Amino acid sequence: MTARLSAGRLWAMARKEWLHIRRDSRSLAMAFAVPAAMVVLFGYVITFDVRDIRMAVLDQSNTTQSRDLVDAFRSSGYFRVARQLTSDDQISPLLVRGTVRLVLVIPPDFARHLAAAEPAPVQALLDGGDANTASIAINYAQAIVTSYSATAVLKGVPLPVPIAVDSRVWYNEDLKSSSMIVPGLMAAIMMILSALLTSLTIAREWERGTMEQLAATPVHRLEVILGKLLPYLGIGAVDIVLVAVVGGVVFAVPFRGSPALLMVTGMLFLVGAQGLGMFISASAKSQFLATQLAMIVTFLPAMLLSGLMFDISSMPKVLQVISLVVPARYFIAATRGIFLKGVGLEVLWGQALGMLVFALAGLGLAVHAFRKEIV
Amino acid sequence: MADGVVGPRDSASRDSPGCAVEVTDLTRKFGDFTAVDRVTFLVDPGEIFGFLGPNGAGKTTTIRMLTGLLAPTSGEGCVAGLDIRKETEALKQRIGYMSQLFSLYGDLTVEENIAFFAGLYGVAGERLAARRAWVLQMAGLAGHERQLTAELPLGWKQRLALGCAVLHEPPILFLDEPTSGVDPVARRNFWELIYSLADGGTTVLVSTHYMEEAEYCHRLALMNRGRLIALDTPKAIKALMTEPLLEIRTAHGPAVAQALQGQPGVVEAAMFGRAVHVAVENAQAAAAALPPLLAARGLDVRSVTPVRPSLEDVFVALVRREGGAVLG
Repeated sequence: MTARLSAGRLWAMARKEWLHIRRDSRSLAMAFAVPAAMVVLFGYVITFDVRDIRMAVLDQSNTTQSRDLVDAFRSSGYFRVARQLTSDDQISPLLVRGTVRLVLVIPPDFARHLAAAEPAPVQALLDGGDANTASIAINYAQAIVTSYSATAVLKGVPLPVPIAVDSRVWYNEDLKSSSMIVPGLMAAIMMILSALLTSLTIAREWERGTMEQLAATPVHRLEVILGKLLPYLGIGAVDIVLVAVVGGVVFAVPFRGSPALLMVTGMLFLVGAQGLGMFISASAKSQFLATQLAMIVTFLPAMLLSGLMFDISSMPKVLQVISLVVPARYFIAATRGIFLKGVGLEVLWGQALGMLVFALAGLGLAVHAFRKEIV
Repeated sequence: MADGVVGPRDSASRDSPGCAVEVTDLTRKFGDFTAVDRVTFLVDPGEIFGFLGPNGAGKTTTIRMLTGLLAPTSGEGCVAGLDIRKETEALKQRIGYMSQLFSLYGDLTVEENIAFFAGLYGVAGERLAARRAWVLQMAGLAGHERQLTAELPLGWKQRLALGCAVLHEPPILFLDEPTSGVDPVARRNFWELIYSLADGGTTVLVSTHYMEEAEYCHRLALMNRGRLIALDTPKAIKALMTEPLLEIRTAHGPAVAQALQGQPGVVEAAMFGRAVHVAVENAQAAAAALPPLLAARGLDVRSVTPVRPSLEDVFVALVRREGGAVLG
């Protein structure tokens, strides 16, 4: 096609596409209500924080020292002492039924060991059925015991503390998972929603027969794709702000970086995701098939292989390689960097490059798949 | 903007002097099926040129090739001086096209549809205001600018579609069965619009399967099974039928038509509405011989009258002469 591009035709396409969206309440709801609702829902549901773990205590020492240790557990906020036990036989049924997840056993010679300035072992029994919670609980328990030992030393009780761990968490000081999840969700939601919304647009023209009239005009296929993209880019930009605001207000997610950088990388990402949706739409030519395909292609990868919920570096090698072509991975790394660390392009250039490639690929695929031929 | 996309050359006069459409051996195959088979014709500027034939005759495929919507498998074509193979996009700026099914946007209002197609054809500013007013007046839609197109009656939709197809005042207009589905009155109104466009100098290529509509065309291309079987004025085409024609009115149409096939003196018998049209070798002899022959088979005949052949009769005769069956 040798015809030159025309701003007038591009504008006519964009305006027409916006009118379609405005007249279709389903599209509007999907564009604005769904992302806000998804952030709130997912922000609450996807949580890795463990609080109020139910525990039981078998205190065979029954001394001031042993009660201090139990109090340390209680006041940490991570544990709730649900039962005080009196004998060994009571332990097993509690763990089996899941009444408690951890049982702390303080042996009778606990206070004597302390007084003798010897190591005073205590026992923690855990329900490993939920391995994730169990490992978090044991970490908390160890931290509490360590801190108890240190306090004991400060109070003048001579106690050998082999290593004092002084750890400090950066960027997400409270280790709140919503701070991790919300910026990541922004990427996952944008990916799924963009592809879903745009997957309808070209297939709809085919189904309604309007493609024939459109194809008979001198409109360039790049003008069709870009014109259809523009209103959805606008919606995407509003959604990015919306998600950031909901994250800040509802979950107190910090925003430390540059809003402009978030917008620019977000736009690159949106062009890619929407280009992908249009590619699917132009290839499928049926709205039903196109939305199904868009869901399959975006949902699982954006949720599971993007680093949103599972750390990519601890995945099997094969999945790590596959995740390289999951565009959400780059935007998630970028949003977390921008929201939590306040870093700029000096750190995120790799992610920005990944999204630029994605944007060009999405556009290229869409323009390639769109044909003005009526058979 | 609009002028910029017309193309590198203004070649209407260079390539084909005085001709709006020129087609040589145009062919389109879909796999083993030949939808259009070596079609050749020429259309003069200002002409109303009709394609007549049953569904599946290749009319739509021919029009799609001429409008740059479908690439020919072989053959050459030139529309408004532009090559239909290589200059499809420049070509689209020079023609108007209205497809078989209503294909404007139903969820857009009348004026939004006009604005959209004006934008695509590069009609802007004062010219847009003038063209917009012209379309609304022509289609009788003044006062309905803000109505959703989906809510309009079919006849109005078709007039709006015609208006949107000629917003940019193309010299050549293609209409693919533009009146299918509307009542005869709306059809007549539509043809008045076509005439007024042709009077203004627009070349119109229109396909139809309504025989009475074909009579409105200056020249007709009769198509069957992808082939062009006749090309002339409606009058000349009707003169192609040399055998006298009898119309038999009867209550047993199909049985009569069947009984007459192959009888001595009968060339062809076919249903025509509820009557039977019989092409015969000798009108007087047949008019005398046929009623007793049918009565002998228990088929009573109400009347036998000589009639002038209609386009449909000629169509059937021409297809028979070609040795084929009418499709559709």
